[in-house]
Amino acid sequence: MRKDLRILVVEADNTRAKNITDALLEAGWSDVHAIAQVSGLEQSIDEHAPDIVLIDMANPDRDTLEHIGLVSDAKARAVAMFVDQSDQDLTQAALAAGVSAYVVDGLQMNRIKSVIETAIARFQMMRQMQSELEAAKQALEDRKTIDRAKGILMRRRDMTEDAAYKLLRKAAMDQGRKVIDVAQALVTASDLLA
Amino acid sequence: MSRTVLNCGYVPLVDSAPLIIARELGFASEEGLDLNLIRQPSWSALRDMLALGHLDAAQMLSPMPVAMSLGLGGLPAKIDSLMGLSANGTVFGVSARLATELGDVPFGDPHALLSALCANGPRRLRVGVPFPFSMHRLLLSYWTASAPDLTVDILTVPPPRMADAVAAGHVDAFWVGEPWGSAIVGHGIGSIAMTGRHVWGFAPEKVLAARHDWVTQNPETTRHLMRAVLHAARWLDKDKNKPLAIEILGRSEHLNLSQEVIEPAVTGVLTLTQGGAPTTVERFLMFHNHAASFPWRSQAAWIAAQLGATGADIAKAKQCFRSDLYREYLGPIGTDLPGASEKVEGAIAELTAVASSRGGMILAPDAFFDGRTFDFTASCDE
Repeated sequence: MRKDLRILVVEADNTRAKNITDALLEAGWSDVHAIAQVSGLEQSIDEHAPDIVLIDMANPDRDTLEHIGLVSDAKARAVAMFVDQSDQDLTQAALAAGVSAYVVDGLQMNRIKSVIETAIARFQMMRQMQSELEAAKQALEDRKTIDRAKGILMRRRDMTEDAAYKLLRKAAMDQGRKVIDVAQALVTASDLLA
Repeated sequence: MSRTVLNCGYVPLVDSAPLIIARELGFASEEGLDLNLIRQPSWSALRDMLALGHLDAAQMLSPMPVAMSLGLGGLPAKIDSLMGLSANGTVFGVSARLATELGDVPFGDPHALLSALCANGPRRLRVGVPFPFSMHRLLLSYWTASAPDLTVDILTVPPPRMADAVAAGHVDAFWVGEPWGSAIVGHGIGSIAMTGRHVWGFAPEKVLAARHDWVTQNPETTRHLMRAVLHAARWLDKDKNKPLAIEILGRSEHLNLSQEVIEPAVTGVLTLTQGGAPTTVERFLMFHNHAASFPWRSQAAWIAAQLGATGADIAKAKQCFRSDLYREYLGPIGTDLPGASEKVEGAIAELTAVASSRGGMILAPDAFFDGRTFDFTASCDE
């Protein structure tokens, strides 16, 4: 397996960019560059002459990258879109992980396969970390809201904390809603009435 | 009865309204659908998700299904345009700096604007559009083709970033869908010079798209989806419903924008320059009236021709605009159907009553700014 492909990573977040670059370097590709944004992407492409451009599926700049691929001089830098559709499994995996790869025309799929696989693995890892972080943040936010709702009930109805929580839970069950939703409604209403 | 879950991709824009309203006002659930609207970060992402089956249906720029069916850009895939989601609704504007250089150009006059741009010197005109396969880009190319001396560089800029691109001087002009044109005016960094309607009186803008195979395999779901969207579109074009539509669209889970920014597109009352008097643009954005939701095969042909297609490819493009399904699925619920599925594009100069199944169809002017007409019936094989 030759590891001489030139790879350009488009990623605005420094940590993420470093993450992907490191993964690719570890896997043996030495020619990896990362750029933060696509304004001036055309120059970057001219400069680095990449064989593959990797970009996050969620990045709105994908449309711009795609346009550059379409208008590039076909011989000089024809960019085939996305991942080669001859490999449906890989394409599906890339899509699920959120990797978009723009591959310069004429490159054999088996040559880029391992690059994409490395990128997919790293994207999945980052995605999992991201969703865990978000879940933790959300749980913390929810707890704060429920605490505030309990506080409101304790003050206004002179209840214990335990009784306040039970009341919230009962209201939620009666209405077929989540405790957090009932708590949120109470906090909002109380803010409006204050 | 359990409802069918349908994953539908969209890009948050004012003209995603028929999908948002179909969901929010229960038109979809009345049809037994749980319409799951999945926001997409870019048109390329939406296209790939649809082509690879992660989405059942999607809002698309009208040239996208044609381009995909012809194998242009991205994954070639057989994608059908089931019906129109909107007609018109885009604006062309220039940066504040270019506006000063051009001086006084009357609003909505493509000829005068082109002359002013040509007279402004031999510089390149950098214009931002949302996507290569968009009506914005096709209309821009069509309009500027009549001025060969003008060099136009077309850049793709995601609409939410268009204002930044104008402010940073990356583009001199922009062709975007609302609310992004009004947002640029609101920031005082650019002004609206004309709307898409001034170049083509009645241009298909967004369409409801799905994979051809999926449509064949899921006739019932397709029918219910089309009915839900049609009811939403009809609701949207009633004046009395517009305030509620604006309120729903602005909500955080949809466009997440203030109502003032959404209002111009929905009401057709645009502010062209910061602090300027509002200007009413007739038929600025339509969802249902004047057969806006009918997928005219001649429109598909026009798009294909602009994309460089000829003969067999134009015929292929026509087939992906499913006027046959529109007739079959929406006729029985009382939708007025035109007598033909093709028309001579550009031939209608004023409101014109045409033969239709219920006799109430009035088509709106669809003239091109240069008076040309396009008759694709020679390559017809419906």
